[in-house]
Amino acid sequence: MDMKVSKKKLGLKEKYKLMTRDLGWEPTYHSKEEVFPYMGYEGIKIHDWDKWEDPFRLTMDSYWKYQAEKERKFYAIIDAHAQNNGHLNLTDARYLSALKIFLQAISPGEYAAHKGFARVGREFPGVGTQVACQMQAIDEIRHAQTQIHAMSNYNRYYNGFHAFADTRDRIWYTSVARSFFDDSMSAGPFEFMIAIGFSFEYVLTNLLFVPFMSGAAYNGDMATVTFGFSAQSDEARHMTLGLECIKFMLEQDPDNLPIVQEWIDKWFWRGFRVLGLVSTMMDYMLPKRVMSWREAWDIYGIENGGALFKDLARYGIKPPRGWDDAEKAIDHMSHQFMLGLYQWSFGTAFHSWIPSEDDMNWLSAKYPDTFDKHYRPRWKHIKKLADAGAQFKNYGLAKLCQTCQLPCVFTEPDDPTLTCHRETVHEGETYHFCSDGCQHIFENEPEKYVQAWLPMPQLFQDPVNGDLGEWMKWVSLLDGKDNGDYAGSEDQKNFEAWRGLATTNQ
Amino acid sequence: MSTVFIALQTNEDTRPIIEAIEIDNPHAVVHRQPAMVKIDAEGMLVIRKSTIEEQVGRDFDLQELHINLISLTGHVSEDDDTLTLSWNS
Repeated sequence: MDMKVSKKKLGLKEKYKLMTRDLGWEPTYHSKEEVFPYMGYEGIKIHDWDKWEDPFRLTMDSYWKYQAEKERKFYAIIDAHAQNNGHLNLTDARYLSALKIFLQAISPGEYAAHKGFARVGREFPGVGTQVACQMQAIDEIRHAQTQIHAMSNYNRYYNGFHAFADTRDRIWYTSVARSFFDDSMSAGPFEFMIAIGFSFEYVLTNLLFVPFMSGAAYNGDMATVTFGFSAQSDEARHMTLGLECIKFMLEQDPDNLPIVQEWIDKWFWRGFRVLGLVSTMMDYMLPKRVMSWREAWDIYGIENGGALFKDLARYGIKPPRGWDDAEKAIDHMSHQFMLGLYQWSFGTAFHSWIPSEDDMNWLSAKYPDTFDKHYRPRWKHIKKLADAGAQFKNYGLAKLCQTCQLPCVFTEPDDPTLTCHRETVHEGETYHFCSDGCQHIFENEPEKYVQAWLPMPQLFQDPVNGDLGEWMKWVSLLDGKDNGDYAGSEDQKNFEAWRGLATTNQ
Repeated sequence: MSTVFIALQTNEDTRPIIEAIEIDNPHAVVHRQPAMVKIDAEGMLVIRKSTIEEQVGRDFDLQELHINLISLTGHVSEDDDTLTLSWNS
């Protein structure tokens, strides 16, 4: 009779060694340089790939098991949301503007990150790194898919969700996120890791996913909380990968320090600009707010980022060059963005609005030094115009920053009454920038940024040729439905009517 | 001393995990926010498999944490029995 002998389970470290490190091999009929041609491209020196640490020691078999469980949880809730008129539990349909921005600009970024990690997973020679990048590539495509799937439930009822792929490619504000990811994907593999793994994931995504998703929960959006937290459960692994990568480079060779520092400076500022719109989503677009952008920055920027850079100081790393300018912008940026969105709301595939008196009182309590002084008077003026039937619209085209592609709507770090504008002449052409940070990035790699596709010059080319109506068709924006003020919109009317139907027997 | 944190989703899976973290880290501060719990701890935070097992009343694999994890900071050090977050400075 066979006795069942219970086999001793492998320990975490042993299992990781067998199922990750032991999968590698030494090439024999090609040189390592031929197999991994990008390793010398950026000047980073690596002497021993075995020194790469993966603190979670997750192996592919466990990865599939846990990811499958996350998917089951996700779809259970998405089904419940669809079956139970989940869209009517929102605090207010104004909230949907934040989701539309997310779908048009951020979800395609997840897909771009997927492509980027699939590529660098092939380009790095270390097995631990390859496996971690493979997991992250699969995570990122899962994020893009679950987000699109979750938000498709809103597309059945509301405007602005129907053409996110066209919007992603063609509308002006999404080029901000697109250029960020294109910039990272067209860099070398180590810079890509600093761009996405470190600056974006470690230093900045907490600001997007943590307080904003908690805000989605507060506003009754079960679908978004679910994809947000399902995605975020992967982020802890991504952040750890980003931090390990930077430590690895710095420990391998002291010559790597200046290269890494330059990338941290660049990608912190790129990330700060691309995530700037989250400030507006948090301060203006959540009808029920969980915390202000300033409060989120204090926790996730100053406290958390501060601790990180203090820790990395032992390698000689300094806080990013733009850190002080970022701090000076925090109390201004959400207001400057929302004023920009409102004046160009005819050209956005989401709604904006004039904050109510209650909202303005909240903003003035959260921004005591800036809101009443600089921004409340402007909103009051805009309100007066709207009440007189003359909505404030700016039909002039925004001057875009050549690096981050945002309109130059920001003010000087030390003077909130003066618009910040920088210029560089390169080979006879003048290029414009929103900040010292973006100008500096351009001047380091002008050959790269002179090639940027900018949405405003596109307006004057075929098939648009400067015609606003043609442009709307080209970007799949339905005039009078997707764009404009929330007050009086179809989304507002429908939400109120359907909510009325849901709570009465009419 | 810098602060490390871990944030978990608010649900039935994490309730005993949070209790275990509180037992093992008396210096930790627990913030209950909409849909999430953020636990801050000065310098270091330790999560022990054995304490979680006492709270849930079954075997627990520390990697199960991944399912309900939202975010964390600090250097991660994990073996079969503990997961530790810490800063070196």
